[in-house]
Amino acid sequence: MSLVTKPGTRYRSAVDQTEIIVVKPAKGPIDLRCGGHPVVAIGTEAPTGLTLDPAFSAGTPLGKRFADTDTGLELLCTKGGTGSLSIGEVILAQKDAKPLPSSD
Amino acid sequence: MHLGMLLEMAADGMADRVALGPLASGLTFAELASRARRLGAALEARPGERVGLIDLNSPAVPLTLFGSAIAGKPFVPINYRLADPQLRAIVARTAPATIIVGEGVVERVGPVDGVEFLSRAEALALAEDPEGKEKDGWGGDADEIAVLLFTSGTTGEPKAAVLRHSNLTEYIISTVEFAGSAEDEAAIVSVPPYHIAGISAVLSSTYSGRRVVQLEAFDPVAWVHIVRQESITHAMVVPTMLGRILDIVEKDGKGLPSLRSLSYGGGPMPLPVIERAVGLLPNVGFVNAYGLTETSSTIAVLGPDDHQAAFASDDPAVRARLASVGKPLPTLEVSIRDAAGVEVPTGERGEISVRGGQVSGEYLGRGTTLDSDGWFPTRDEGHLDEAGYLFVHGRLDDVIVRGGENLSPGEIEAVLLEHPSVLEAAVVGIPNKEWGEQVVAAVVTSGGVTEEDLKAHVRSRLRSSRTPDHIQFREELPFNESGKLLRRVLRTELSEAFT
Repeated sequence: MSLVTKPGTRYRSAVDQTEIIVVKPAKGPIDLRCGGHPVVAIGTEAPTGLTLDPAFSAGTPLGKRFADTDTGLELLCTKGGTGSLSIGEVILAQKDAKPLPSSD
Repeated sequence: MHLGMLLEMAADGMADRVALGPLASGLTFAELASRARRLGAALEARPGERVGLIDLNSPAVPLTLFGSAIAGKPFVPINYRLADPQLRAIVARTAPATIIVGEGVVERVGPVDGVEFLSRAEALALAEDPEGKEKDGWGGDADEIAVLLFTSGTTGEPKAAVLRHSNLTEYIISTVEFAGSAEDEAAIVSVPPYHIAGISAVLSSTYSGRRVVQLEAFDPVAWVHIVRQESITHAMVVPTMLGRILDIVEKDGKGLPSLRSLSYGGGPMPLPVIERAVGLLPNVGFVNAYGLTETSSTIAVLGPDDHQAAFASDDPAVRARLASVGKPLPTLEVSIRDAAGVEVPTGERGEISVRGGQVSGEYLGRGTTLDSDGWFPTRDEGHLDEAGYLFVHGRLDDVIVRGGENLSPGEIEAVLLEHPSVLEAAVVGIPNKEWGEQVVAAVVTSGGVTEEDLKAHVRSRLRSSRTPDHIQFREELPFNESGKLLRRVLRTELSEAFT
């Protein structure tokens, strides 16, 4: 299943609590998954009967960003969960925070 | 993204941290969120398409900012210092609305069609009411208007700058690390709620998990007291505030031991003031931020490391960076352009233009001022140095044209401020038959200096055409409460004095 991502679009995991928002879209359609299964758009029903794939269960922490250099995709986790984000089978890397000096 | 989501994330991830007020008795993020949702439900049900606020700082400010977002109505904080007729005009432009007001505002404004007033106490009671229903969800469409801010109108009729949820959240998530603050961090907020810095302070602190302690309005004695009493670690001030704070700290010699980061912005900071601050507050990291209302706050930052490097350097180019606003944020683009809109070479002056998700450049009823490629012309004059540091020279509209030569008041002001006796300086152009405009200055000094001394000082550093023809010595310069020089007022006064 492939998705065309748009900035601001929100998705949730089909198998755990994870919710994400697209910060930067991927260049083309991607097979975005969480916990080993395709994510679903917020507000739509998830397919039933799926379970968390142990290979994709390292967790997605709240407030962390995830990025994929190949596609340019960048995501922000808005609700933490036990599943890991991946494009296909490739787990997405957590982006290093480069905090700026606090200006306000 | 939507402002409600920032609060939702903070309430999810940092529920029991104190968000607002003293450590012992303040509101946690979970409490802030549930009160904002109660106020959101109440505001949604009240008449009007917008939610105004005419008040000092209080818990009602963050609650109304988030409550309006959750209710799906733009938040419109209005300058309570405006004269009554101007205030009434802005209120009328905000209608139809519910407006939350502090003491005495209803009496000042009188009845306005389409406006219902709600006192601060009533709003806080709605937020606190345990019987009150919390609005479901955290708000919706990122493209909707989050905040309308009336510009200070130092040069004409105030315009209402439009900031959409997407602009403000883009700024926050690209500059602030979620839950990135240590548990002991606390920020003092003393800028007024109708200033962009007041809005961004609430949002940044919420997203980073930093406790906020509010000062109703800036007062240097109260500011120093709260910083010491509440172990404040972070603060943002405008230039006029900093000088007054330093006077107190210098006098009582007790320092500000808890303070780690002091950010300044909102106008050019005289170099001697920042040098004095570094001397008096050796453990503080200084941050110079440059931004506009129309850009959702900061677009360039000179951080503590840059300050230290500049102070320690013998290289004039590096040392000069103390007068810069640092480097543009990595998430946006800055371009310096000439009058025809063509980018100028590095080092040359032109109009600062900026592009990025946090940039709105839109005014209510006037549409966008972005060009077809998404660039916002700031009307500020500036240049970039070889290393990418941005220097701001002032408003393009303030440029003095003397005998066909364009002169930047900021450059002449900076030279005047280098004189040890000059505390404040402002330079404007006034009409002149021979030259079109002539250069005149107004200064506040510590005494012991003459007009001829100052002219000689400027002449020795700049071309003679840039030396003021007249210099007026004054007790104070006209600033608005955000530290912005009221140039139009000054120009009128100096024109009357010297023509």
